[in-house]
Amino acid sequence: MSLLRVLRTGPLTLVEDLGRPGHAAIGVGRSGAADRGALRLANRAVGNPEGAAALEVLLGGLELEVVGGPVTLCVSGAPVPVRVGERDVGSSYVARARAGEVVRLGVAPRGLRSYVAVRGGIDVPAVLGSRSRDVLAGLGPEPLAVGDELPVGDPAGEPPVADLLVPPRLPEVVGLRVVRGPRDDWLVDADALTSTAWTVSDESDRVGIRLLGAPLAHRDADRQLPSEGAWRGAVQVSPSGAPVVFLADHPVTGGYPVAAVVVDADVDLVAQARPGQALRFGWVKGR
Amino acid sequence: MSEAPTLLPYGDRAVLVELGSTERALAWVDALEADRPAGVADVVPAAETVLVVLTADAPADRVREVLRAVRPGAARPRRPSPAAVEIPVVYDGPDLAEVATRTGLDEAAVVAAHAGSTWRVAFGGFAPGFGYLVGGDPRLHVPRRDRSRTSVPAGAVGLAGEFSGVYPRASPGGWQLIGRTEVRLWDLDRDPPALLGRGVEVRFVAVGP
Repeated sequence: MSLLRVLRTGPLTLVEDLGRPGHAAIGVGRSGAADRGALRLANRAVGNPEGAAALEVLLGGLELEVVGGPVTLCVSGAPVPVRVGERDVGSSYVARARAGEVVRLGVAPRGLRSYVAVRGGIDVPAVLGSRSRDVLAGLGPEPLAVGDELPVGDPAGEPPVADLLVPPRLPEVVGLRVVRGPRDDWLVDADALTSTAWTVSDESDRVGIRLLGAPLAHRDADRQLPSEGAWRGAVQVSPSGAPVVFLADHPVTGGYPVAAVVVDADVDLVAQARPGQALRFGWVKGR
Repeated sequence: MSEAPTLLPYGDRAVLVELGSTERALAWVDALEADRPAGVADVVPAAETVLVVLTADAPADRVREVLRAVRPGAARPRRPSPAAVEIPVVYDGPDLAEVATRTGLDEAAVVAAHAGSTWRVAFGGFAPGFGYLVGGDPRLHVPRRDRSRTSVPAGAVGLAGEFSGVYPRASPGGWQLIGRTEVRLWDLDRDPPALLGRGVEVRFVAVGP
């Protein structure tokens, strides 16, 4: 059996799969990879089921030593330099690493989160059916620490057939399509959401990204909203008027109005939005 | 016959169903879950609304029609109601006097009202294992504290608005604290880990310190 020994973690590396749906009533959110598409892609590339557990690496900087036997791996999401032993293999490439070799991720020049999928998956114990770390609920595997040894599971699917993925498109300005509502009428002018040039704040994490720009005025600042269910992509407007776009580890229920919701296909872009980056919303109709 | 709920848009994958009261929301989720329609991927119950998340391939118009047709009380619950949970409480919370003042009751009457009603878990949120309890004595409706505490211990029993609840773990919190319990609300070594699942009835029992 192969293991991955953690030599460096970078700013934050978490184990993530596609999350734990169905537990909202007991206060447990879905969680899972922030960029679900990138996780699926890396897993497919190494011949795993799409939802296998992989490593979500914030900004790069991860170093892993392969222990026991060879592994097949692929890095997706934010493109980073990737070295296996003395070889530069890069992102979006299916590489093999032998026992004793070190896999090194450099710093991501664009985007925020890279995914390291290993054939067989990261085989740590599941909590409520998922190996995802939920940073808000404090559930699932702890963030990686130097010295951790991560077991690699047995390969489940067909061996990989392609060795190169199409790299992701990460535009300068994050453009998100949003559907109006459900609480757009709580704002004086919900259209200000789409006319404002927003900047991603550094108060952003897996719970959500906070946006800087002209505050959105509430019609009645003292009006209280009874708690409502929340979901990934919801644009919640806090009492200060700053919008927060919910990401993977958002609260299950929330008490501030959600003025708009990002369409599902665009939510993964939120996971790659860097602090300081420009962000715009555009209205679309729901289905 | 109750009228059809209002359906509000929630992105392209979900619908927010507005029921207008906690009781109606609870009954509506009971009816929905008794016979969960195809195309529903996840359900997030809350105070007066229910968020219904659809599967990627669900025919949204058709699912909306089905959701409008869900009638509380029309369907028999598939499962029998879970047994009531008894939670022993030492009523010595730091806000007990404040709650007495705000409700116009004395402290003994606050305790009697809290322990004398049968509560029910309406929905979750805030932290794993936290249940928002409703159905208690209406005289106990008190606002949240003006200032939240930076740390509330696990097991603290609180009141806020129409709700009561027990903190499953130490966390910041703004509820009025009237007591504490030793009972573990959340335990990953237990199946299910949450003591208070949706719909569970809860009775608090006053015990000595």
